[in-house]
Amino acid sequence: MSDGEIQVAINSDQDIILARQKGRALAAELGFAASDATLIATAISELARNIVSYAHRGEIALKIVNGADRQGLSIVASDCGPGIPDIRQALRDGFSTSGSLGMGLPGVRRLMDEFEITSQPGRGTTVAVKKWKH
Amino acid sequence: MEVPILKQGDVLIATFQAALSDADLNQLRSGLVQKVVKFRSRGVIVDVTAMDVMDSFASRTLREITHMIRLRGADTVIVGIQPEVALAMVQLGLTLEGVATALDLEEGLAYLNQKFATMH
Repeated sequence: MSDGEIQVAINSDQDIILARQKGRALAAELGFAASDATLIATAISELARNIVSYAHRGEIALKIVNGADRQGLSIVASDCGPGIPDIRQALRDGFSTSGSLGMGLPGVRRLMDEFEITSQPGRGTTVAVKKWKH
Repeated sequence: MEVPILKQGDVLIATFQAALSDADLNQLRSGLVQKVVKFRSRGVIVDVTAMDVMDSFASRTLREITHMIRLRGADTVIVGIQPEVALAMVQLGLTLEGVATALDLEEGLAYLNQKFATMH
């Protein structure tokens, strides 16, 4: 089993595919059910897409995390893009500034068990999510 | 990776591969519409059985394809959305509203044939 972090640089739409494939492989390695692996791959796809759409480049880091009595997968999407001025607004369904569907962040939050976002206008955005194996 | 488009009588069939980039999806959108015009097709089936992830971009592209082809007077049906993909789509809030779906290729053809029959 792989330990440590898998980092995928996100610079183009091809990298979105690479990131979600690596996420799915790691989820399978951890023993996630196929349906959960699909939820994880979909969340990674949306997070990587946000990077490409808003910040143009960034990184997705994947890591196995150990809880008290369970294992999980941690995904951290980070960029040095323009940041999100109003996070509360960005977490509302239907909000978008890039002409996309605007369901990225609230949707990702529903797909995962834990969701944390930090953003500074002009400095960048970091979204950290976790999915626990049930 | 280009999506193959097959012509079967009045119907075009596009079969998605597993990992399609945004560029591939955009290419499919324009390729399908061009072929609908060229062959005067009355129906389009988009088979997504092999797709392992349907994110907001793929979902939006499918909706756009359907709406563009509808403006040409033809019908589109999406077939083969896998159960776990459907689950992820619903949680993400992607409902493919206004887009016809069917279980598989056979059901998709039956749907289109029924549509063609009611138009006579």
